Parts: sequence; structure tokens; C-alpha cells
Amino acid sequence: MNKEYLRDEMLRMSGVNPKKCMKCGKCSATCPAYDEMEYHPHQFVSMVEKGDIEPLMKSESLYRCLTCFACVDRCPRGVEPAKLIEAVRLSVIRQQGANRLKADDVPAKLDDDMPQQAIVSAFRKYSK
Amino acid sequence: MKFSYFPGCTLKNKAKDLDIYARRSAEVLGITLEEIENWQCCGGVFSTAKDEVATKLSSVRALKEAKSKDQPLVSVCSACHNVIKQTNHAIQTDKEFADKVNRYMAEEPYNGETQVYHYLEMLRDVAGFDAVKAKVVNPLKGKKIAAYYGCLLLRPNSVMKMDDPENPKIMEDLIKAMGADAVVYANRNECCGGYVSFESPELAKKKSLAVVENAKAAGAEMIITACPLCKYNLIKNGADIPVVYFTELLAEALGVKEDTNE
Repeated sequence: MNKEYLRDEMLRMSGVNPKKCMKCGKCSATCPAYDEMEYHPHQFVSMVEKGDIEPLMKSESLYRCLTCFACVDRCPRGVEPAKLIEAVRLSVIRQQGANRLKADDVPAKLDDDMPQQAIVSAFRKYSK
Repeated sequence: MKFSYFPGCTLKNKAKDLDIYARRSAEVLGITLEEIENWQCCGGVFSTAKDEVATKLSSVRALKEAKSKDQPLVSVCSACHNVIKQTNHAIQTDKEFADKVNRYMAEEPYNGETQVYHYLEMLRDVAGFDAVKAKVVNPLKGKKIAAYYGCLLLRPNSVMKMDDPENPKIMEDLIKAMGADAVVYANRNECCGGYVSFESPELAKKKSLAVVENAKAAGAEMIITACPLCKYNLIKNGADIPVVYFTELLAEALGVKEDTNE
């Protein structure tokens, strides 16, 4: 896909301006899922700015973000990297047949104590 | 004072304790919780995408219902509060989003008029912790309790505005009002892993255990939370001290843990 088009889509969906980033790395430093990610929050910012979005769309990192807003709150420039991760993730799961979590997979993952909140949240993050 | 109350899906099922003790405690404090009729699940997570509209409509309808009664809206679950408050903020600050939302609203439009409270804010700002303290009949003396905020209560701070997101004290103040000792520890506002427990249990385990170990190292004998998923993750991943809802302790302190109406 056209790099410029993809970048503009991510910026439109997220409302983020990656040009504000001053490359301090605090977003990745504070990310609780850092060790599990191939691309870290600061890389989402720089790669989206360059339009390198296809590698991000293929990465498992999209599903490691916990939506804890630590990078959003702790960024000294208000860049809000998690909003970019959300935009890239949605642009993947909004495609036909791209749901990561299917309803039929759910029963096998349940246990007696699992709160409904876990299931509805997982659907919000992994499926459209 | 009357509030429109949004319980949320989990409080009707796996987290009944969070709900029941919140209702009983509010009664003691002279606050009426009127459950919103026909509320629908908030969805658990707020999507920050500006073009994500349909998933936010259940929150908007709850907010609109509260507005029609001229009441503020309160919820106890951290996730419901986070989603509803962020949705309200999006309507207030993003005109395009508000316009899209209102195409789904019959009759009156909704433009973010409702005031959104978390139950803890209601205790602090409406009842007042001094009033809570005055109503305590079973002070939890000598108990060392660690408040676990997690992420959803405090962040993003520009929207949630509950407390200092890096050094919060609202739950510690409640713990003190109930007569117990508040244990302050570094990981109290770090994430437990949240919904990732659904597909990456190992990641959730690492995050949850870090919270429990940190609280214990600071001397905690018990952890309190407002979030069913935090509670589940901490217990599931091996917390060896009790993890309970803050409302349960509150009801205990206020002497209404046992139902006297039955």
C-alpha cells in the first residue's frame, strides 16, 4: 500500500502528531510490555512518521500493548504513542477475516473466576 | 444526593461483591444510587481512535439517561468509569465525533453535559472522607492495607483527573478514614496485564506478581482494588495475601457487611 496514504490514515484515526516527538525514549522505558514487543512504543512513533506501517501491521507487538496509557501520560511532549498503536491495530482487524479472537475460541480460554470484563475487553482489542 | 448508577456487566456476575457493598455503603452515607434503566455494557476498553463510534454509544446512552434525570453518573468498576469518562470527554472536545454520535441519538442531542464520578471520587468530593470516618463503626485498626490503582482509574490523567497519577492518595485517604494503615509502594499505579491474561497469560503473570511482591515488600497484609480484572489477575497469578474490593472493606468498616434486611 501507498506509504503516504497509510501514514495519513494513522494520523487521522489517532489524532497524533509524531513530529512533536523529541526521541527521548520515555514511552518505551515506561512500557510494561516492552520485553514482549518486537517494535516498541517509540518505534511506532518514528515508523508511522516515515510511513513504515506495513511491518507494524504484521507485528505481534500490536497485541502486546496493554492500553494502560503509561506512555500517553508520561510522554513529556504529549505525543501519545498508544493512540498510534491502537490506530495500526484497528487498521488490521477492521479488514475482512482479520479478527484475532473468534467467539468460538472463547470457551476454551474461560475459567470459573474470569470476569466478564476480561472477555469483553479482549473482544474490543482483538476483534471487530 | 442522588446519582445515576452504572454498575456494568461484571458487577452483575463475577464481581457482585463490588456492587452489593457499594450500594450498602452509599446508603449509610446518605447517597442514593439509582441504577440506570437498560444500561448496556461499556465494552471494557475505550478505543482512542477518533473514527471508532459505534463501540462508544452504550456509554453515550448511559450519560444521556443521567442527563435526562439531571443527575451525575457514578460507577465503581475502574473500566466502566474509564470508558464512560473518556467517551464523555471525547464528546466535549471533538466536535466531529460528537456530531457522529448524535446521529444515533433520538430526540435530544447529547453534548457531554453529565458529570462523571468514580465511586471513590463520590466518597471524597460528595460525602467527604471526614463523614466516612464519622460513620465507621468497626475501625480496621492495625491492618496494613495496600491500595492498588492499576492503570484505568488514573490514566490518561488529562481526562480522568482523579488524582496525581504518579503519586495518588485517594485510596490511601479512604484506608486511613476506615482506621487502617495505608501501605505506599511503587507499583500501585502499574498495570496488572489487564485483558492480555486472555491470550498471553505469561505476560499478565509477570506484571501481576510484580505488583503483589512489591506491595508485600512494603509490608502490606492485604491489597484493595476497584477493578474486577485487576483482582482476577492478582489472585490467579498467585497473590498470597488477600485481594479484595475496596467496597467490601468499606462495608465492613461501616458495619453493613452483613445484610440486615434479610
